[in-house]
Amino acid sequence: MSEIILEARHIYKQFNDPVTIAVLKDISFTINKGEFVSVVGKSGCGKSTLLYILSTMDTAYQGELLIDNEKMTGLKEKELARVRNEKIGFVFQFHYLLNEFSVLENIMLPGRKLAKKPLEEIEHRAMELLKILGIDKLAAKKATQLSGGEKQRVAIARSLINEPQIIMADEPTGNLDRKNSEIVFDIFQKLANDLNQSLLVVTHDTEFAAKTKRIIVMEDGRIVSQ
Amino acid sequence: MNTKLIFNIAISMLLARWRQTLVAAIGVTFSITMFVTLLSFMTGLNKMLDALILNRTAHVRIYNEIKPNERQPLNSSPGFSDSYNFIQSVKAGNSRQSIYNSEAIMKQVKNDPRVLGLSPKITAQVFFNEGNIDITGVIYGIDIEAESRLFFFNDYIVKGNSADIKNLSNTIVLGKGLAEQLLADIGDVVQVTTSKGELFRLKVVGYFQSGIQQMDKTQSFASIATTQKLLGEPKNYITDIQVKLKDINQAPVVAKEYAKTFQADAEDIQTANSQFETGTTVRTIISYSVGITLLIVAGFGIYNILNMMIYEKMDSIAILKATGFSGRDVNWIFLVIALSIGFFGGLTGLFLGFLLSNVIDNIPFNTAALPTVKTYPINYNPVYYFIGAVFSLVTTYFAGYFPARKASKVDPVVIIRGK
Repeated sequence: MSEIILEARHIYKQFNDPVTIAVLKDISFTINKGEFVSVVGKSGCGKSTLLYILSTMDTAYQGELLIDNEKMTGLKEKELARVRNEKIGFVFQFHYLLNEFSVLENIMLPGRKLAKKPLEEIEHRAMELLKILGIDKLAAKKATQLSGGEKQRVAIARSLINEPQIIMADEPTGNLDRKNSEIVFDIFQKLANDLNQSLLVVTHDTEFAAKTKRIIVMEDGRIVSQ
Repeated sequence: MNTKLIFNIAISMLLARWRQTLVAAIGVTFSITMFVTLLSFMTGLNKMLDALILNRTAHVRIYNEIKPNERQPLNSSPGFSDSYNFIQSVKAGNSRQSIYNSEAIMKQVKNDPRVLGLSPKITAQVFFNEGNIDITGVIYGIDIEAESRLFFFNDYIVKGNSADIKNLSNTIVLGKGLAEQLLADIGDVVQVTTSKGELFRLKVVGYFQSGIQQMDKTQSFASIATTQKLLGEPKNYITDIQVKLKDINQAPVVAKEYAKTFQADAEDIQTANSQFETGTTVRTIISYSVGITLLIVAGFGIYNILNMMIYEKMDSIAILKATGFSGRDVNWIFLVIALSIGFFGGLTGLFLGFLLSNVIDNIPFNTAALPTVKTYPINYNPVYYFIGAVFSLVTTYFAGYFPARKASKVDPVVIIRGK
């Protein structure tokens, strides 16, 4: 069996405002290395909330979360930031690039934060990623000059810069047209097949989800099937 | 912590909003400029006003005061030693104004390492005779070289040559107001009557203007020898020894010590002119409070701009946090933004402050009361530049502190979910 990258153990979460609503109820599952997993469900079923917990950004939950066999629950903000930097890559629905920087600088940012490699090496890797994603011509452009599809590809490149254990994506195609959605899916597919990259994608695009290896279906805060 | 990266991000954010940055920096620049200029100008004026009196005043003055003897014979009598004696109508028995053993005292004071120099002085009350009118006046017998070196006497000579009072006998430098009253020009001869009734004729060699009208109407200066001749006193007759110290703050201690050692009266400058220090302090306090108020206002400007910037940059903060920047990193980014506004705004402010002071320094300022002053006085004290620099950084730090803390507490989930 392949090794476990991410493990959720009995995760519960409630919102207390204005009345207590249980959003997540007893969520337990694991993701192995190289798995391409999609989480689907209706709007409001808690799939995004789950992703924020799994990504360590949301710490108000009960249960346990392990990434790369390391317990995340109870870690300090600073340590969680380091984990996000080193082990998790993010892709969001809204592309979230820093408008002050060029495409290349945006991609390099998490790498420079991690500061494990010299600057030249980070830059080299960033250029390589741009080439893999077919957008190396955009390297010098400002983030504001890109189209939506291009931005999303830059965001994917950024998520890969530190060779993360897992990439988490929140509705990565939610804001894209059909053609760009396909491009993004193809990239994910390629990452999973060629580079053995683990991926966790939250989406309500059933067409997208149908093409992934494993589908986790959520309903009303519970996992219905996986 | 990755300092270079944090600076890089902060600078990029600053440049992306360069107009706002400029406005904030101009606020700091303006306040620092005004702070430096105001203090330089105010203390320049202070110094000038103080110098008006203090330059011409001895730090320690040794003299003999005419007063009744404290040790009355009755108190020494063994028969009354246990009682408390009330003695009425005591008169000063000692009418001698000259200092005992003045030569020896001067020699000893000169060898004191704390002393910068000394200048002997004689005071003679006289009448200036102008037709049938007598004008009361004072002739000071001075050592012109010591007086010029220690008390800047030559700065106040507006016409003529002060050295002549030493080189030529029976000569006098008149106060300007007095000369006008006597209608005496340089080279003219004025007639004086001493308190003992003797008549002397003295040749005018110069005018003296201190800037204090009342002094200029009564004072005149002659050499020590001439004054001794006027009074009919011998060569060792000296009524005042004016001592200038290296450190003015030691004056009270030195005065006490001299009074005891030389069995004479000694007065220090702080006691004699306490009102000047009060005036100086008050003016300095006013300048500082205006300057600091300006800086605080600029600080609020920076606070506002940073606060707005944080609302604009919510997305960026969220993405930075999601990709592994901790709250502390974000806090630092915004503090660096604030501090660089303070640093560059402050630096420009110091430079402009220096320029503006220089401009003021070159504005003509002629007044009859101040013969030595030709332009507005400026005090180029590096301390004000230092305070300005420190203050610009401190205010911007505090202006950036709360917005930066707010930014560091931004919850990325709220921002990402809120879209």
